[in-house]
Amino acid sequence: MKKILEVRWHGRGGQGAWTASELLARAAVHEEKYIQSFPEFGPERMGAPVAAFTRISNEPIRLHCAVYNPDVVVVLDPTLLKTVPVTEGLSESGKLIINSKEDPAEVRKAFKEAKFEIWTVPATEVAIKILGMPITSTAMLGAVARATGAVSLESIQKTVKERFKGDVADKNFAVIKEAYEEARSG
Amino acid sequence: MKSAVEQKILALNGDEAVAYAVKQSDVDVVAAYPITPQTIIVERFSEYVANGEVETAFVCTESEHSALTACLAASLAGARTFTASASAGLALMHEILFVTSGCRAPVVMAIANRALSAPINIHGDQSDTMAQRDSGWIQIYAENAQEVYDSIIQAFRIAEHPDVLLPTIVGLDGFTLSHSVENVNALPDEEVKKFVGTRRFPNALTHEGKTAPLKLDPDYPMTLGPLAFPNYYFEFKRQQEEAMKNALSVIKQVHDEYARISGRRYGDGLLEPYKLEDAEIAIVCVGSTAGTVKTVIDDLRTEGVKAGLLRIRTFRPLPVQGIREALEHVKAVAVMDRSMSFGGQGGAVFHEVRHALYDSSKHPLTVNYIYGLGGRDTSPSQIREIYTDLQEIVKKNRVEEPVKYVGLRE
Repeated sequence: MKKILEVRWHGRGGQGAWTASELLARAAVHEEKYIQSFPEFGPERMGAPVAAFTRISNEPIRLHCAVYNPDVVVVLDPTLLKTVPVTEGLSESGKLIINSKEDPAEVRKAFKEAKFEIWTVPATEVAIKILGMPITSTAMLGAVARATGAVSLESIQKTVKERFKGDVADKNFAVIKEAYEEARSG
Repeated sequence: MKSAVEQKILALNGDEAVAYAVKQSDVDVVAAYPITPQTIIVERFSEYVANGEVETAFVCTESEHSALTACLAASLAGARTFTASASAGLALMHEILFVTSGCRAPVVMAIANRALSAPINIHGDQSDTMAQRDSGWIQIYAENAQEVYDSIIQAFRIAEHPDVLLPTIVGLDGFTLSHSVENVNALPDEEVKKFVGTRRFPNALTHEGKTAPLKLDPDYPMTLGPLAFPNYYFEFKRQQEEAMKNALSVIKQVHDEYARISGRRYGDGLLEPYKLEDAEIAIVCVGSTAGTVKTVIDDLRTEGVKAGLLRIRTFRPLPVQGIREALEHVKAVAVMDRSMSFGGQGGAVFHEVRHALYDSSKHPLTVNYIYGLGGRDTSPSQIREIYTDLQEIVKKNRVEEPVKYVGLRE
């Protein structure tokens, strides 16, 4: 059995892929897990495709290299599907989690041969409704929590309260909770 | 090994781990150049200063050359002193690195190991510190964020030890450690404060024939860093070498003492062997890639391959005898270098490990692998290939290509 859960986040510069990867890791620390969170080490430009990574394990993590075979791939921005090979290295037993209004079965048409699970969540809509802005990082974190069960909502709530203050923390947690509930697989 | 005290579990990147350790280490002066190639280290530390969480004097200078000069002066006046840099910043300090070690000023510096231009690159490799290996600074390299934190705290005790009095670099691989968040167990503030203590000074004879602590003090005037022409310069250099020798045992003592409090050990503080005792083939490396190597070793061991690792934690002073004793029973050794010594037939670590093995009658076969320059990633499968190469070398009992390159397009 693979001991380390490896998550790869795809977004565009400024959308918060690294923030989301870090929030997931920090939530896992609240559950006494070992973690790593790091961005793709390249140029960071607003709007350009970026990636970030999270590792979670019950044992200390000694690997110090990129994630080559993620168990989970998260796509913050669906426009990336056309330009970035987001499923590269994703195992058959893995999960692809996409920000999309579509039904997972509809999304699957683009990945005909794929055996991995597909999850969708209308992250942009949830974010606009609650935050008033299309910032999808926290919504996608909620969907990841639901799809993987890697961390509890309680741990995420603690982490969000450490990271953000007052109203921003409350609203972001509301986003996470709604995305958690709305995430669907197929 | 159990910890003697309750520790706080934090999630920090390597840079933050440095800043947190410095915050707890009762540092008097931090001088730094706050612009690229600077890291989060001084940014985070400047927040501690602004928030009144530390009483440190924080000096922003106009260049790294000036930053280290300010640290040198503060250190000679008796202050516990810290700075941080990387890449081109360390290169600009080059002149003052020698002045600092020659003045025996125990400045502690964190370096987020990064490449040197050209072509322009600020990503992870060890070219910056390896280029400074002869500057008279102690060099300790960490494998993960936890060790970064632990090593910074230990560095103050090592550098300031009266038998040593040498400036000390703690290296953390750029990005792989500096920008990656990992779990860090932090000691309570008061434990760190107790551990680092206050700076101790050996006594020296002043101009006026009085005995006083070795530091700049108007009440006891003395000259530090004076002119020493052919009549004395050589003796000063010989003393620095003696201090380096003393550092070998001081680093071990400080590491042991710290381990009793924290419950954490990194080999003997100088070298960390991993599954090396019965190993037939071994990798030697410095820094964070050692963690990836360990993971690969665990896999190889389940397949019956007797693979091992020797991680060099302390590169200056080089534990020559320790390296020899750890490796001489191994049949073939692959030394990994994350920097180049152009025209030198191999990297710095390779040269030094081969040098250490020369006096062994057993002479294991040695081969060099240059890897990860300019931030190129080194994967577990690439490490596995190195072990496969070593098996081949053992079979043939011969090294065909002494210097190889990992993950390079050719």
